[in-house]
Amino acid sequence: MNRSVGGVLARPEGPAKVTGRALYVADLRVEGAWVAGTVRSNVARGRLLGFDFDPAFDWKRVVIAGPEAIPGANLVAMIVDDQPLLCADAIEHFGEPLLIVAAETPLTLRAALAAIRPRIEVRPAMLDMEASEQLFKRIAIDKGDVEAVFAAADGAAIRVLEGTYRTDTQEQMYIEPQGFVAWPPDANGTIAVTGSMQCPYYVQKSLMRAFGVEAHNARVVQAATGGGFGGKEDYPSVLACHAALMARVCGRPIRMLYDRHEDLAVTPKRHPSRVRHRTAVASDGRLLAMDIDVLLDGGAYTTLSPVVLSRACIHAAGAYRCENVRIRGRAVATNHVPFGAFRGFGAPQVCFAVERQMDRIAVALGLHPVELRLCNMLRRGDVTATGQVLEHSVGSVEVMDEILARTKIDRHPWRAQQTGNVRRGLGLAFFFHGAGFTGSGEALLKARVAVELDREGCVIVRSASTEFGQGTLTMFTAIVAQALGCDARDVIIADADTQGVPNSGPTVASRTCMIVGGSLQKACAELLVRVGPGPAPFRERARAFVQRGGDSQIEITYTSPPGLAWDDATYRGDAYPAYGWAADVAEVEVSLDSFEVRVKRFTSAVDVGKAIQPQMVEGQIEGGSLQAIGFAHLEAATMKHGQFQQNRMATCVIPTTLDTPTFDVALIEVPFEHGPFGAKGVGELPMDGGAPAIASAIEDALGIHMDHMPATPERLLEAWLAAHPKEEL
Amino acid sequence: MSVQEPVDLRCTINGVARELRAAPLRRLLDVLRDDLGLTGTKEGCGEGECGACTVLVNGEPVNSCLVPVCQVDACSVTTIEGSGFEGVQAAFLEHGGAQCGICTPGMIVMTRAWLEERSRLGAAVDLESARKALAGNLCRCTGYAKILTSALAAAAVKP
Repeated sequence: MNRSVGGVLARPEGPAKVTGRALYVADLRVEGAWVAGTVRSNVARGRLLGFDFDPAFDWKRVVIAGPEAIPGANLVAMIVDDQPLLCADAIEHFGEPLLIVAAETPLTLRAALAAIRPRIEVRPAMLDMEASEQLFKRIAIDKGDVEAVFAAADGAAIRVLEGTYRTDTQEQMYIEPQGFVAWPPDANGTIAVTGSMQCPYYVQKSLMRAFGVEAHNARVVQAATGGGFGGKEDYPSVLACHAALMARVCGRPIRMLYDRHEDLAVTPKRHPSRVRHRTAVASDGRLLAMDIDVLLDGGAYTTLSPVVLSRACIHAAGAYRCENVRIRGRAVATNHVPFGAFRGFGAPQVCFAVERQMDRIAVALGLHPVELRLCNMLRRGDVTATGQVLEHSVGSVEVMDEILARTKIDRHPWRAQQTGNVRRGLGLAFFFHGAGFTGSGEALLKARVAVELDREGCVIVRSASTEFGQGTLTMFTAIVAQALGCDARDVIIADADTQGVPNSGPTVASRTCMIVGGSLQKACAELLVRVGPGPAPFRERARAFVQRGGDSQIEITYTSPPGLAWDDATYRGDAYPAYGWAADVAEVEVSLDSFEVRVKRFTSAVDVGKAIQPQMVEGQIEGGSLQAIGFAHLEAATMKHGQFQQNRMATCVIPTTLDTPTFDVALIEVPFEHGPFGAKGVGELPMDGGAPAIASAIEDALGIHMDHMPATPERLLEAWLAAHPKEEL
Repeated sequence: MSVQEPVDLRCTINGVARELRAAPLRRLLDVLRDDLGLTGTKEGCGEGECGACTVLVNGEPVNSCLVPVCQVDACSVTTIEGSGFEGVQAAFLEHGGAQCGICTPGMIVMTRAWLEERSRLGAAVDLESARKALAGNLCRCTGYAKILTSALAAAAVKP
């Protein structure tokens, strides 16, 4: 019996990774390559007047390319064409790229970059999202009649509670900084790049626009990629175009590798948020009306902000049942470095807000936080804020039962008075996360995936879905081996190379398993029919099939499950094919001497539909949860004059082994009939619950309500002093 | 003598005696990667914070981004390409200790150094000492749980 799905397969790329043989972009030896770097603005806003070149430097040793060297459009091709590849006039953010410089050695390059000074007329910058009136995107979601409920509120039978919640930005901090190698156009005019990325076809689209070439003349190959978490979704398009531009100008290969300092300064991070809640509740805790206002700082250019806002708004009411909901969302422009994709994609911000609001309601009504959530959580058959009837794979009850069984938080006296210098707390978060693209995204994308047999009867899988740690290759291998009944060693996943694989879409949005993996399962079902049954192992039958001339090439284009309907104009309908459901409980200790939070234990119950590779799914949940724990209390991330202040790893901290709690992960499987073997998504889900669970645990420990993440010691001290004005330190 | 003037150095790299000619203040990391092609040693931060560039110098773990190459004159340097890591590597593969893989070589080198130190001291190989030993090696993928499991499993197979 084949146990590929649900068992443990070795990572196909694992041996190369543990021996150091895996080739990341910085490891590639490229004959004749020069190195390139970027001249950047040193102000958040201004007008570029020109450059001063130090006459003491020998400028014959370097090559310089400006916007006039771009053969096609001076644009980063994303959602809206508002971001130049190289700024020619109006500077909109700190670190905006102005010129690309290349030299034979890094030493010469560094000297040249130091000898170029941009002349900039400084203009006042907009750095406050609440004051910005320049919109990237506005979203409205309406259900029922919110105003009628608020009008009926009497402060007794119906009470109204308000809260404002804020989250700062967060750095993805993949351990491998961004980098690309580009080659000059070959005899056919084909540009080639390779680098660290999540989405080869996004990079290809950008190259096509910037160089005015067709798809077959823009080749993008993913190198081994040292983490992404969304941070390598859109920015590689910028870096690849810069490197390819210089390769074209120089006529030689170009290596463009950011060091940590540059990566931290200019690549996109999580959107800062401000979310307002106004909630009408019945005295028994039932949510009667939710009025939610979501504001995201998009930074200087549109990039991915409209879609981040979309996911934020759809998740803003949390995993709760409410007849009357009004959600208003805005993503606004500021002169910050553009904010972008980071695991969770808008949901962690709004999940923090709604879960904190639930705790606020619990306190006001004198209910246990668990009781309030059990009273309101979405169950099978309930209707979401967008009007989606939840009929498929709803694991809300299962995850809640499991988390209560494991932690007994429902019997824990929350916010009980404590004494002593170390206070302890337990906090719960309950949440869901839509798997795949929002709304009609998948229907428009029409992701493609292909399989075929080689002469030996091995199965070759072709997709543009990339491996950057999450286990894409292993998960695809398991699905194919299970679907065909073949040995996992007979599955070959082709390199993510735009000349060799169809566009299965970007590797984002918890879509790779459910969407691409689902198509792969269909392709395998078709292949199995073609090869035919028999007593011999699959590979032998497959080899015979190929040798008698059988056509094994199968390409599947994704189609949405039947019955899904979504209206982009009204934001009504089925926002996602399925949701992952989860509950987290954090156990913390807070020292009253240092206001340092220590997370001791972190329990998660997570409904993933089906864990294709349970060990890897646990790895996703533990890794995502630790990022969420960092977001909750450790990863201070501040902006000043439009610059990200934590400009090195020493100051831009992430959790270490010593900041890591004991994890307890329960995998719950409520299968989704349209996912491969029942699987939904898992990548983003564990990013959502950590911040609110820890904030709730801190409230349990200290009796103070933190509404701004991260809860750094400084913020906790400030809140403590506000709550205890007469206390002596 | 200028610090950029190359000097001759003798050291043992992964068990092989080597003569190197390099500017004395060049980073050991760059000499390993660029001159010797040993790209298994990774650079994550260039300032000794992340531990991705960990190598052994005379058996002691160091951040090779912080070590001027002149300091390894007459020393023995071991990188992930060297021998003696097989047990730890197998444990990381089996227990899911590697995800994106960029921290993995440094993590494996540090795990070996930890195991050898515990063995030298005759001390127990336990979770708390693994946590402390690996605290200078950052990983953003795993949440460390499966790395710590891998490290403890490696202890079990290591003679």
